[in-house]
Amino acid sequence: MTAPIKDFAKRSNGYRAAKWSEPVVMQMTGTGRRGVVFEDAPAPALPGKSARKAAPALPEVTEHDALRHYLHLSQMTLGMMGISLFGTCTMKYNPRIGERASLDHLRGLHPLQEAETLQGVLEMYDNFSDFLCEVSGMDQFVFQAGGGADAAYTHACVTRAYHASRGELQQRDQIITTIQTHPCSPATANTAGFEVITLSLEENGYPSIEQLKSVVGPRTAALMVNNPDDMGIYNPDIKEWVRIVHEAGGLCFYDHANFNGVMTRLRARELGFDACMYMLHKTFGAPKGGGGPAVGAYGCAEHLVPFLPGPVVVKDGGSYRLDADRPQSIGRVREFWGNAPQVLKAYAWARAMGAEGLREAADISVLSNNYMDWRLAQVRGVSRSNPGIDAPRMEMTRHSVEQVTEETGCSIFDISMRMTDFGIDALWLSHEPFLVPEPFTPEAGELWSKEDIDYWIDVLEHVIGEAYADPEIVKTAPHNAAIHQLTSALDEPDVWATTWRAYERKHRKQMAAE
Amino acid sequence: MSRLGLIINPVAGLGGAMGRKGSDETDIAQRATAEGRVSQAPHRAARALAAFRAQSDAPVLAGPVLPDGDAAQAFGPGALTQTAKDTLATVQAMQGQVDLILFAGGDGTARDICAANETGIPILGIPSGVKMQSGVFARSPERAGRLSAAFLADPRRRTEMVEILDLDEAARRDGRLSAQLYTVARTALDRQGARQNPKAGSTDPVGDLDAALAAYVAEMEPDTLYILGPGTTMKALKDRLGGGSLLGVDLAEGGRLTGIDLDDTALLARVRGRRVRVVLTVVGGQGFLLGRGNQQISSQVLRAAGLPPIDVICGAEKLAGLTPQELTIDTGDPTLDGTLAGYWPVITGAGRKQVVRVVA
Repeated sequence: MTAPIKDFAKRSNGYRAAKWSEPVVMQMTGTGRRGVVFEDAPAPALPGKSARKAAPALPEVTEHDALRHYLHLSQMTLGMMGISLFGTCTMKYNPRIGERASLDHLRGLHPLQEAETLQGVLEMYDNFSDFLCEVSGMDQFVFQAGGGADAAYTHACVTRAYHASRGELQQRDQIITTIQTHPCSPATANTAGFEVITLSLEENGYPSIEQLKSVVGPRTAALMVNNPDDMGIYNPDIKEWVRIVHEAGGLCFYDHANFNGVMTRLRARELGFDACMYMLHKTFGAPKGGGGPAVGAYGCAEHLVPFLPGPVVVKDGGSYRLDADRPQSIGRVREFWGNAPQVLKAYAWARAMGAEGLREAADISVLSNNYMDWRLAQVRGVSRSNPGIDAPRMEMTRHSVEQVTEETGCSIFDISMRMTDFGIDALWLSHEPFLVPEPFTPEAGELWSKEDIDYWIDVLEHVIGEAYADPEIVKTAPHNAAIHQLTSALDEPDVWATTWRAYERKHRKQMAAE
Repeated sequence: MSRLGLIINPVAGLGGAMGRKGSDETDIAQRATAEGRVSQAPHRAARALAAFRAQSDAPVLAGPVLPDGDAAQAFGPGALTQTAKDTLATVQAMQGQVDLILFAGGDGTARDICAANETGIPILGIPSGVKMQSGVFARSPERAGRLSAAFLADPRRRTEMVEILDLDEAARRDGRLSAQLYTVARTALDRQGARQNPKAGSTDPVGDLDAALAAYVAEMEPDTLYILGPGTTMKALKDRLGGGSLLGVDLAEGGRLTGIDLDDTALLARVRGRRVRVVLTVVGGQGFLLGRGNQQISSQVLRAAGLPPIDVICGAEKLAGLTPQELTIDTGDPTLDGTLAGYWPVITGAGRKQVVRVVA
């Protein structure tokens, strides 16, 4: 838990990030400096032209130079342990035991070993597929996709293979989605060659059945939607939507990115969906973002199983094998079996939680959001998306500081940056397009304590108070971070560089002058 | 040093409260004075200027009248005629002197400024008029001020083209809405916030639309007569067919333009007996599809063409800005409008359509 903000000013001098004058590691070269020197290291015997003519341009630093360098860099970040209510991403604590377990159990394995020597990890894959089938009502899960968008792409490819197998692919060239569905659904549908039809929101906060009916027809290949959407509004017509699309011959895909509030409360298959996707790196407790690679677990009903990417783990009596002989499979969407360490961490998390734990977590995340919603309603200038709609909000809600911006000139970007001065990570704003002006979307999930949530909202309230009292403090923030504001350099392709080689190329003159 | 020009039309908005549905009549100032009415334009300009001043210390040259407060220096003709001539003279004097013209007024003011803005200085409107159909207006005076400051601070001075529309006030007073598309103008590109959040700037509306137009042209049917509406998006489509008019309604068939800037009589003659498609974009800031700026595509033309399919091409960003999320048609023929109302798929990119509710 975090100390309340009233103690922040009293008991601390505030958050201050270290601001080291740290060179880029490529600039730290001192000729001949080394970490460990092997006197008699043999020169590798490389065939023909594969040996370098010149030594690679690597920094020459001692081991403790390197450690100090990266310690300083880490001190110049917020540390990834702050209060991050980063909506749509379902920030969770990643148990360290998961890291240990994946190291201990997977380090010595290679996916090209004979299956007889991989029985433990194959059993884990099979068990986890069963677990997610129980959660979703689907018949088979695969863990190859390297993230949520990759799983959406898997679905677009499965859709293509399914309709091709029925001789209807030429006719079914449209995928329907909604403006509040994650942009990866339309993007992957386009990539797979489909035309995308996006439905707009209407008075209830979601598109009407009439709007859906206006575009469903013989060209419909699939519906790809999330539910609830990022506003936290659950579309109660969803069963009817699925029925309408099925009647026209299309498939239905449930993007379960926003699954946290409905875990164990609904099954995608029972709503009629043919396939769904869970993000193991968000909902199922494996690290995300800077913490490690991702997994989009893709599950489907029996009629789509033949099209799944392979190989698929199959249980034969008491042993497991990899089935790669699948003539209708879409092939691979990722090398080997996807990010196996993440699958193991998510499996460990899910087994530790159990059905009861998932249900409790879902309920807490909805409760936390409704508490936040109630508190945010009392913060000056903050309004809620779809203000005229009294539908219950699930695990997150989009809010707006439009009124604060109108009255003080401080935008949500300014407010977010000022909150950094209190150790709060950048806010999650909104997916595109911004239907809500000056948006932010906090999501507490089941992790954050009431004290953490209160601290976060207290900071927001404090910063909005500053915006009204002295907007310059907010507009010029952050004041205590290692780097204050970005310059316009990010808009200038001739200036920015993400690699040392690009930096050398773009700044040659300046470097020569120095 | 960057300088901001500030035009304040002292009669802007007066006609609204007087029930005149506009302020374009030449004697509006005298009549307003007689009624004791005062324009809100100087006050709204002062609000925009305060927001501008919070972010920029660039000099502001203001005319023909000054905003409330003393944040600007007087510019333009000293003696005022109390007519549109004052605005024209000030804009002419500003040529070569300022980097952006911020103006407090409505559609009529925007038209006057465009007429005198010979060197094409970018313009931006502080909403202060009765009629504001044009796409040049910011959503509030404060937004106009902030966008002006951001524009002057932007080394690239990025702009976009917007349509300038105006209603025929005499017709409007008779109960008929009749908007004309008068011209297009450069305005400051609004990418507020994009710089601080690279994610928000990740879409490319211009590129999306360009790809959509290329795909549309590639799929045009050879035997169909295409009626192409006005506007900048449509001009880009017409350019792919060899040219065409910016403000007018053109025809294309067989992959090239076969009629430029036609009126409804000419269109009527051309559509009979043909297989026809209509291509439109959303014109101005009000979400109109038919009946504003493209009255040539009249109900008679649509009926004579057998109520042809209508394709709409419009960027997703523009659709996202609509409040409420719907488009409007007003052909002057309520029965036809009722027939056309419903859910329309709007082309927003290559392989992308967004369904939008269209109301009469």
